Amino acid sequence: MAEPEIERRVRRGPAQALRVYFSRHAQTFVGSLGRLTRQPFASLFTIAVIGIALALPVSLQLFVVNARAATGSWRNAVDITVYFKSDVVLPKVEQLAKNLRLRPGISAVTVVPADKGLAEFRRFSGFGAALDALTENPLPHVMVVSSAPDHAAPADIDSLRAYLGNWPEVDLVQIDTEWVARFNSILEVMRGVIAFTTLLLAIGVVVIVGNTIRLDILNRRAEIEVTKLVGGSDAFVRRPFLYGGIWYGLGGAALALAIVQSAVALMREPVGRVAMLYGSRFNLIGLDLQQSMGLVGAGILLGLIGSWIMASHHLRAIEPTA
Amino acid sequence: MISFERVYKRYPNGREALTDVSFGLASGEMAFLTGHSGAGKSTILRLVALIDRPTRGQVTVNHANTNTVRRRRVPAFRRDVGVVFQDHKLLNDRPVLDNVGLPLVIAGMTRREIDKRVRAALDQVGLLGKEQLLPQELSTGEQQRVGIARAVVSKPPVLIADEPTGNLDPDLAREVMRLFRRFNEVGVTILIATHDFHLVDEFGVRRIVLEGGRLTSDSGGASHG
Repeated sequence: MAEPEIERRVRRGPAQALRVYFSRHAQTFVGSLGRLTRQPFASLFTIAVIGIALALPVSLQLFVVNARAATGSWRNAVDITVYFKSDVVLPKVEQLAKNLRLRPGISAVTVVPADKGLAEFRRFSGFGAALDALTENPLPHVMVVSSAPDHAAPADIDSLRAYLGNWPEVDLVQIDTEWVARFNSILEVMRGVIAFTTLLLAIGVVVIVGNTIRLDILNRRAEIEVTKLVGGSDAFVRRPFLYGGIWYGLGGAALALAIVQSAVALMREPVGRVAMLYGSRFNLIGLDLQQSMGLVGAGILLGLIGSWIMASHHLRAIEPTA
Repeated sequence: MISFERVYKRYPNGREALTDVSFGLASGEMAFLTGHSGAGKSTILRLVALIDRPTRGQVTVNHANTNTVRRRRVPAFRRDVGVVFQDHKLLNDRPVLDNVGLPLVIAGMTRREIDKRVRAALDQVGLLGKEQLLPQELSTGEQQRVGIARAVVSKPPVLIADEPTGNLDPDLAREVMRLFRRFNEVGVTILIATHDFHLVDEFGVRRIVLEGGRLTSDSGGASHG
């Protein structure tokens, strides 16, 4: 015997079936939000945990992005600062600079006279008043040597440093951008750490959402039983929980976005001031629209995964016990 | 419409709840299922609602053999069987409207259709105008009628009830029974489990008696349907 009577349901056209399908989803979508707002404290708590868990890897990622951007312009060439002895006069320095420019592997040589150095220092360091107390300029003449990008290997830089250091007029040779190379290699390590952290925190979000949904399912056991008893399918019973997970993920991602963007906004000015001291116009980078949407999408996806795992697992086990 | 053929039911704990039970209800028939508690009444209703499956034998409801209904098809099967419980099984945090309308939401009806049909069902059980009340705001008898409205709102061809008058005083019980009779008059096949023998006598419909999991007497039609 087949199941002809079971199939006896109201026949609908495909257009109406589709409309019913969407209106049902829309109802559940809104309905599950309503349920979250009925327990505002618990829901906000969950959302806060998710938000912080998502904000952490995003901020670390932004830190690396910003650090790379800030040091990026120095990455290829290496700058060497040459400090002359205080009794060396400016024309002599300029003569030496002129000769140096003819040497292969040198892309630029800039002379910073002591007067100009003092003026810049006064302007950017904030020690203006203290400097006024000095009777004479304590700064030496300085020469900034930039290597050509194809002569920036450590061996090239070392030989250049030795060559400059042997000049009798030179007091000190300092490689300015050595720290950039080190810093960049540290950033590379950090990227690995961040990828790992991101993975762990993503799993954390799935677990948080899953656990919240699990408690939700247990709390609404009676309702689930009744719904199954009057013919609610597994998909029907599961749907509000999946939307619950989506709301948690969406809320958490929105919170993470707010945390990260306001942190960037708050730090933009102080960072800009530091950058100016280094003579850079560097501007702190936040999340752009695409990245923000990516974050929100990731939150929704993680929420959905967490609720899906728990709903599929627990709802199957709940059967009417009349 | 409901048919039991040599049905045995043994629960995992080893208790044999039904032993070789056979009976049938024709389409549009109404019967009482009586017996002391533990006689197997609830087990029979569980098998009809496909909450459980028989250990041996065949249960056929709405021309579907419950042994062959796959898990995925169980919800559709249940939509054609209205169930009324002694403890109503209402959702206490939802108004009457949502409780009664639940089967229609599941069936995918529009809000307008649902409102209309819920009102019609509430009218039939005499509760029109109480749509927005919560179950706790109603008396026990009213709650039971909300349960009945939910069971019939999607117009299932089969209606089963487990001790629907168990918590009601005799007047209310009689009223609820009359309600079932009215649904039966419009063609619904009804099986009611009860141990209220007075009421059964009073209504004089077919009576199926269970004792210790065996069918001991059946006052009505041998017609298997």
